[in-house]
Amino acid sequence: MAVAVQGAPKERSREREERPGLVQRLKLSYSKYWYAYAMVAPVVIVLGVLVGYPLVNGLYLTLTDANSLNSARQIGVKHIPASYHFIGLHNYADVLWGPGSYDRFWSHFVWTIAWTVICVTVTFALGLGLALLMNQKLRGRGLYRMLLILPWAVPTFVTVFSWRLMLADGGAVNALLGSVGLPEPSWLADPLAQKAAAILVNTWVGVPFMMVSLLGGLQAIPGELYEAAEMDGASPWQRFVNVTMPGLRSVSSTVLLLGVIWTFNQFVVLFVLFGNNAPDTQILVTWAYYLGFGQQPRDYAQSATYGVLLLSILIVFTTFYRRWLARNEEASR
Amino acid sequence: MRRGIAASALVAALAVSLAACGSSGSGSDSANGGKADSGPVTITYWDTSNATNEAPNYQALVKKFEAANPNITVKFVNVPFDQAQNKLQTAMGASGAPDVFRSEVGWTSAFAKAGYLEPLDGTPAAADVSAFQASLIQQAKYDGKLYGMPLVTDTLGLMYNKALFTKAGITTPPKTWDELKADAAQLKEKAGVDGFWMRAADGYYAMPFLYGEGTNMVDAAGKKITINSPEAAKAVETYKSMFTAPGTVKADVTTDSYAHMMDAFNSGKVAAIIQGPWEITNVYKGSAFSDKTNLGIAAVPAGSAGKAGAPTGGHNVSVYAGSDAAHKAAGEKLAAFLTSAESQTFLAQKNSTLPTRSDAYTADVKADPGIAGFQAILPVAQPRPELPEYSSLFGSIGTNLGKIVQGQSSTQAGLDATAVDYAKLLPGFAK
Repeated sequence: MAVAVQGAPKERSREREERPGLVQRLKLSYSKYWYAYAMVAPVVIVLGVLVGYPLVNGLYLTLTDANSLNSARQIGVKHIPASYHFIGLHNYADVLWGPGSYDRFWSHFVWTIAWTVICVTVTFALGLGLALLMNQKLRGRGLYRMLLILPWAVPTFVTVFSWRLMLADGGAVNALLGSVGLPEPSWLADPLAQKAAAILVNTWVGVPFMMVSLLGGLQAIPGELYEAAEMDGASPWQRFVNVTMPGLRSVSSTVLLLGVIWTFNQFVVLFVLFGNNAPDTQILVTWAYYLGFGQQPRDYAQSATYGVLLLSILIVFTTFYRRWLARNEEASR
Repeated sequence: MRRGIAASALVAALAVSLAACGSSGSGSDSANGGKADSGPVTITYWDTSNATNEAPNYQALVKKFEAANPNITVKFVNVPFDQAQNKLQTAMGASGAPDVFRSEVGWTSAFAKAGYLEPLDGTPAAADVSAFQASLIQQAKYDGKLYGMPLVTDTLGLMYNKALFTKAGITTPPKTWDELKADAAQLKEKAGVDGFWMRAADGYYAMPFLYGEGTNMVDAAGKKITINSPEAAKAVETYKSMFTAPGTVKADVTTDSYAHMMDAFNSGKVAAIIQGPWEITNVYKGSAFSDKTNLGIAAVPAGSAGKAGAPTGGHNVSVYAGSDAAHKAAGEKLAAFLTSAESQTFLAQKNSTLPTRSDAYTADVKADPGIAGFQAILPVAQPRPELPEYSSLFGSIGTNLGKIVQGQSSTQAGLDATAVDYAKLLPGFAK
């Protein structure tokens, strides 16, 4: 311990100065910044009630066999106490390697990953392409931008319902495909076509956000950089790779992270498009919903287990992603 | 002094957030508690019938009830049937539950087991129990107590388009699934329409196939899971063939499949379906059935065991256990009124649904071809075992039937997966 401190770089030596104890420091900062504490308190309390408590309770539920038949319930004036038991990590074991775990968990897991990767890649690529187009000086740019943002302005469930109508067997999409002699897949019934339809609709819903964010990023890149690159004789592709992409880094890393999290937890598109009728197209989130609310009796424990697993996957992903970003940042300096 | 401000700010913040929490949870239904039979009472009734065809008639009945009981006001709420079980479950375990509601027969025992329902034995609601069909009363019981009054009953039957059958040269409805397949092919060939449309990925509609092989999803008496037995596998093989045989419509597993099926039948694009009496009023509205006598109703076809069988469905009127005495008393009165012979006759004539008590089958009721048709096949209906989890069994089998008919899993694998789910649902059962 002492050795580590001795070998520490110089700027850290400041920390070696005599520091008061934790309680002392808290007291000190309280008397100095008491108003800050008072202002933060409501947020802390509300977050604690709305986020902290459900999270802790959810974690606890995963360790029990709670379902809608044995949970505590208040029937008007009558109270029935909970009768579920603590069963340790059994739920996790059951979900991950219990009987039928491939059908119940791993198939959904694999599809969730594939779904996320495909959707984010496609929405990002399309969003970037459209943002580059919108960044050109062309006539009626404002109108195009508005039209492209429109899918975002419409409530998602309305968009998805419209797509459900268009993708139905006799709907507009198949009528169009049929008129040019292409095969007419049953988008809402055939498992593979269902997946394609889900990705299509999610892309439609997700592109405007990507486009708007990236367009903002593009406009923040100073024009002089392009001019300088042009002076040096850089081709358009070289300009794109060496000026545009690095200039977009901070925006794109954020929208990619958000895109992954949103797509990973995309509920509305899949639920409204297929309901509970498409077992193969359910991602982990919709499946957790099915377990907790879509069946009788409701399996709170397993649903919570899925929730915790989802959260862990996202935490692990975010951690690695941020480290990777930091390393890239370092390397590009 | 400064600390005082900080503390009071904190307290104020706490108070605000607590008040916000508190205001949402306070129910108002129990306001006038304890006063039995005196003073005006407002009760809430949840109706789960079809909002356009059936609900107005239930509402008319409720209006009559209010006129006869000036002290009782009924808040009539129509809840879509496919969401009702979930909504009831949520409301009854928290707040905002109705005092009286129309509950599908399959929900009754599960709700009773959870403690949500008030026993009706000895109350005004159960005054003339003896007038009802014994099997339906049995079905409304759990642990020896009566938890609902049978309001309507139904079963599945083969509904067919007589004109199309005649056009194809078929004179009698099919008696077995094989005959149905032959008829479907003939209908496609001679009448140029799809012969048969089977509802896919829905366990309830697959029950006739299981009964046709003399089996069920589980053997409730023997505490055994039978869904992956050889008989069940055979039944599901037959079920599967109803989507691939010539003249049958391929499996539709989309969210709108039910509406697709009914539209096709009502407009004469498909000649036969398996369906229950709750759709009769809708069918009559269809272009193919402007002449009501064109609708043929026959018992569901039989399987290889030679026996036809269909699940008994229907609805009970139940009273919520969490209401106070005054609301319960008013609710029991409403339940008695809705299940009276007069009310049931009214509903049968308006909605073409089947009454549950013999004295409601008046000459006028029996004159309705739809009711007469279904009444004739009621003996084929199989009673439901007294098992609170029974209606939950339809979830897993529905999902796996969808996979089976789409060829994503083999019949046996799909049924084995269902059996795994059932084992979890029914811990005491042998596989």
